[in-house]
Amino acid sequence: MAENVGIGASVLRKEDFRFLTGRGTYVDDINRPGQLYAHILRSPHPHANLKKIDTARAKQAPGVIAVYTRHDVNEDKLGGMPCGWGVKFKDDTPMKEPAHPMLATEKVRHVGDPIALVIAETRAQAKDAAEQIAVDYEILKPVPTINDAIKPGAAALHTEAPDNVCYDWHIGDKSAVDSAFGRAHKVAKLDLVNNRLVPNAMEPRAAIGDFDSANGDYTLYTTSQNPHVIRLLMGAFVLHIPESKLRVVAPDVGGGFGSKIFHYAEEALVTWAAGKVKRPVKWTADRSESFISDAHGRDHVTHAEMAMDKDGKFLALRVQTLANMGAYLSSFAPAVPTYLYATLLAGCYATPAVYAEVKAVFTNTVPVDAYRGAGRPEASFLLERLVDVAAKEMGMDRVDIRRRNFIPNSAFPYQTPVAVQYDSGDYFGTLDMALKASNWSSFRDRQQEAKKRGKLRGIGISTYIEACGVAPSNVAGALGARAGLYEVANVRVNPTGSVTIFTGTHSHGQGHETTFAQLVADRLGIAMDQIEISHGDTGKIPFGMGTYGSRSLAVGGSAIVKAMDKIVNKGKKIAAHLLEAAEADIEFKDGKFSVAGTDKSKTFGEIALTAYVPHNYPLDVLEPGLDETAFYDPKNFTFPAGCHICEVEIDPDTGNTTIITFTAVDDVGRVINPMIVEGQVQGGVAQGIGQALLESCIYDGNGQLLSGSMSDYTMPRADNLPNVDVSTHVTLCTHNPLGVKGCGEVGSIGSPPAIIGAIVDALSEYGVKHIEMPATPQRVWQTIQAAKGKKAA
Amino acid sequence: MPQVSLTVNGKKASAEVESRTLLVQLLREKLGLTGTHVGCDTSQCGACVVHVNGKSIKSCTILAVQCEGAEVLTIEGVAKPDGTLHPMQNAFRENHGLQCGFCTPGMVMSALDLVKNNPAPKDREIREWLEGNLCRCTGYHNIVKSIEAGAAAMRK
Repeated sequence: MAENVGIGASVLRKEDFRFLTGRGTYVDDINRPGQLYAHILRSPHPHANLKKIDTARAKQAPGVIAVYTRHDVNEDKLGGMPCGWGVKFKDDTPMKEPAHPMLATEKVRHVGDPIALVIAETRAQAKDAAEQIAVDYEILKPVPTINDAIKPGAAALHTEAPDNVCYDWHIGDKSAVDSAFGRAHKVAKLDLVNNRLVPNAMEPRAAIGDFDSANGDYTLYTTSQNPHVIRLLMGAFVLHIPESKLRVVAPDVGGGFGSKIFHYAEEALVTWAAGKVKRPVKWTADRSESFISDAHGRDHVTHAEMAMDKDGKFLALRVQTLANMGAYLSSFAPAVPTYLYATLLAGCYATPAVYAEVKAVFTNTVPVDAYRGAGRPEASFLLERLVDVAAKEMGMDRVDIRRRNFIPNSAFPYQTPVAVQYDSGDYFGTLDMALKASNWSSFRDRQQEAKKRGKLRGIGISTYIEACGVAPSNVAGALGARAGLYEVANVRVNPTGSVTIFTGTHSHGQGHETTFAQLVADRLGIAMDQIEISHGDTGKIPFGMGTYGSRSLAVGGSAIVKAMDKIVNKGKKIAAHLLEAAEADIEFKDGKFSVAGTDKSKTFGEIALTAYVPHNYPLDVLEPGLDETAFYDPKNFTFPAGCHICEVEIDPDTGNTTIITFTAVDDVGRVINPMIVEGQVQGGVAQGIGQALLESCIYDGNGQLLSGSMSDYTMPRADNLPNVDVSTHVTLCTHNPLGVKGCGEVGSIGSPPAIIGAIVDALSEYGVKHIEMPATPQRVWQTIQAAKGKKAA
Repeated sequence: MPQVSLTVNGKKASAEVESRTLLVQLLREKLGLTGTHVGCDTSQCGACVVHVNGKSIKSCTILAVQCEGAEVLTIEGVAKPDGTLHPMQNAFRENHGLQCGFCTPGMVMSALDLVKNNPAPKDREIREWLEGNLCRCTGYHNIVKSIEAGAAAMRK
């Protein structure tokens, strides 16, 4: 290779040109001939019986083609929205899984619950007509929060779950934990909330249904992270359309962060409607509509306790969590506070016993599901905050207690007490690098200097772990997943030697078109402009599970490697024939097949052409063509880990917190494109800072969403955020061919506890032990005032 | 329906619009210029920033009929017709100032107006200027770097 474009090079992104010139193709940019527009009438009430729905006037409104309600859904015998993961109660009985209708049937259960679909010639006409629908609601008492939901006698959302409990699940060895607490020298205790967030990818969700009446083929264009999963769920469970008649296209997608994993009712509604009205139907969410229809994230209430011996060694961890599911089960919701959360509670520590209980509840709020990190930010926030409290309890330094309890490098592979086995890591290494980069040791000088200026300075640390690359399908299946979690790649070598990769993962900001091309350039020795990465279209790509949980490189990249191995193996057979050598003597390097120890060789392009023009070819033993597909099922999760350190300054008069520096040292395994990895970490940290300082999704006591627009919900802006110092410390994943672990979520998982730890450190002179997120100026100021009041009293 | 005539990216354009049609709807739906994006409904996100008569404006916040006779520049008109990127666009590419690309057109249009008024903006000035442009992917770090570099390239 003339240019350095292989593994480890910061190659500029191939996809940028179209985005920078305004020529990306997002779903709302697509318009089909004869296209109609859909508007969805949504419930303004959080909890009500749905009596009469009168659509007569709406149907007569200008431009209206059709108005559909529960009546039409029933008539066409459509299914409800499926849930892709089942979790069990402690006694092994299955979770409560109430129906989730596309359009509300007897009840509405959250503000935003869809009631009617209006289809008209223009978007404005559809919207206008929806106002002509008369709905008779019988208002019921809403249950907007976790604490409301579990109160005895609380109104029930679903008859299947009269106590609003979806499941009451546990993991770990309770008796071992109880006995460890019995002999503990000290116990650290903490109550904390993981605040509810709205993902807010910048592109609002959109969907276009298209129906070809000549062939009976449906096409759905949708803002999805995983088009094949949508095709499977929607085709099989909702609309009963065979996969062979349903194509799902997810073109350029403007960010996802988890919120575009799930199968949403609107996707099924426009597809179904297109078949009924025999014209394409487009729906695009207004942002305020996104707030009440995109799945939200987080929303836990937790009590945790750590037992320690006299040296500050962790003996056992006990956790009780209440998790909000919202009004219905979104596609993967049950897995988030269980298998993506409690299995990470050992953290980086050799705590011998862990026991966690998780009760998931229904509330009259938008469904909650995976959002950047999904369960793991909740685990790291809890554990890292608790470790800080434990240090205080023991009178130990926060760094020392971490070092004392880290899993030693010699202990890998390390089996945790909560089901997972870590393959590799160097927690001491990332810690030392971060301490150095953040000038940790001289912090108290900076604190003194700030004090002279009347400012409170604090420093916080988080040594987190997370799990990516979900997951071995058999393990996921045993844990309740209702799908496989492998990934698929098709490597098509074209006759003149260019290569098209069809991947089942989906890029919506991650830069796969560049990173995956680097894998190909590196392995096959061809130029970047000869490599095309194709994704997001079930009509082109054999199959795939999509992009989430930082799995694309670890699982999807591994599938590409496997398919390329097949290409190289076949190429060797063709080269052996052409070069009249034994296959075992053929070497492939730098784009050339050579006979070992000779100067006889054939280029990759020559082999490709021979495969497609097989005039001189071993046709009796080898098929023509050079096109291979691989399915890769991961052998284990991957376990990125690292250390984040945050330094803040607080103005005690206003409670305003300024992040002075943020240092991230992450072990994401082998780095393919350092520029992209750095960008992913910076973006993740920004979302972590958002959660820690700014963002909070708030329902009032009446179940109305108060933070329901971008004017009300505090999105991080450029002037809220610091520059983030990112570096990596690599230990290789031991079980995938690239040694990669995943980098998409480390930022949002590692950062919140470091930020809150820094604020608590700054406020330590007031005796503050913990502060909830978001630590807004108001909350910090009130915390200071309350502490002052206590001191005075 | 009212008729609106204006110049977009140097070309005359006219369309019939409803009185309530916003400039961004005119651009996207009538003129097929889908590079200008809609990310919110409260004029917060800035994905729809274009230039009207030389000044950056959120095109979701102005009616199409108010733009009668106006000169409008959108992201599609920033690169040279042969595809050569403007130095600001190039700086975004070289500094990894974009990920999903959705906020990018608004960021570039906003940055160009900043540099018009402040040819050598500093980190803090850029961050404050971008108050009206939201990005959920990058954490802004690389956007700020891109604009610094783009401004420097434009000074040459």
